[in-house]
Amino acid sequence: MSTEIEAQGVAPGANVHSHATHRSYLIGLSYAVVLTLASFWASSTDVVYAPGVPILLGVLAIAQMGIHLVFFLHISSAPDQTNNVLALAFGIFVVGLLVFGSMIIMANLNHNMMPMDQLMQMQR
Amino acid sequence: MSAAEQALATADAVPLSRRGPAPKRVVAGYGFWLFLLSDIVIFAALFAAYAVLSGEAAGGPTAAALFDKRHVLIETACLLASSVTCGFGSLAVQSGDRNSTYFWMAITFILGVAFLSLEVSEFSHMLSIGAGPSRSAFLSAFFTLVGTHGLHVTIGLCWLIVMLLQVATLGFQPMVSRRFFCFGLFWHALDIVWIGVFTIVYLGAHL
Repeated sequence: MSTEIEAQGVAPGANVHSHATHRSYLIGLSYAVVLTLASFWASSTDVVYAPGVPILLGVLAIAQMGIHLVFFLHISSAPDQTNNVLALAFGIFVVGLLVFGSMIIMANLNHNMMPMDQLMQMQR
Repeated sequence: MSAAEQALATADAVPLSRRGPAPKRVVAGYGFWLFLLSDIVIFAALFAAYAVLSGEAAGGPTAAALFDKRHVLIETACLLASSVTCGFGSLAVQSGDRNSTYFWMAITFILGVAFLSLEVSEFSHMLSIGAGPSRSAFLSAFFTLVGTHGLHVTIGLCWLIVMLLQVATLGFQPMVSRRFFCFGLFWHALDIVWIGVFTIVYLGAHL
């Protein structure tokens, strides 16, 4: 059974290599708790240089998503996971395109927009 | 077994064209993984809308005035803990242990309900102070994004009840354990989306 699965790749989260154990979930939990508390702390602290806080929050969030993928969804770089990782990479690509593309386009439009009072005067 | 036969028995020796269809569990898991990624793309569109509109409060309540950080921390704790108990539940399903499946999945269900009731209480409080989705573009985007996540959690809880009924009536057939496996993926993916929600919506509001 196990060679049959390995010949065809594995489903995400499958534990053919028995890395899905109680221990892996507990390791994931402890990392996730630390990262969550760190991001709640970072959002209300004066220790971190204020303009850097959004970047810090982004880094902590992405790190925690990675922890969830590895320890809860058991995504890894193993050769039998290639299909899953490729699909994930495409998903991340589309998400990045959507979010950052929308933000850049809307900020640019906002920047080029005439202030509302001037616009009102032109329409008179 | 001769050396040639042994070489053929390993995965690398069999050409891809002769391996036949993948086991159903792999196909189902991969298909569900693709669904989850497309679901996350939906959330990405809602995140983009929120990121663009979060400042447009139209003179109404702003994000910083509305959101209570401690409330969100409790919600996050509920969802994270339920993710771990769901993982323990999936391990119990894989080993065919009926009692610990019921135990861990019941805890998952209770934590999910706790998360949802916290979210509903937050929403009803916001509606009662006149900060409903029709107040401003910011609030429309907020209710769409967080409400869609809450809707997913609700659907997940209904799915969990159906799965527990199937374990009770059908036992751990391959079909049932495959579905349970997909449920686990769904639940973990919802937790990943929540990381984005609490970082961008709730913590981003106080910057």
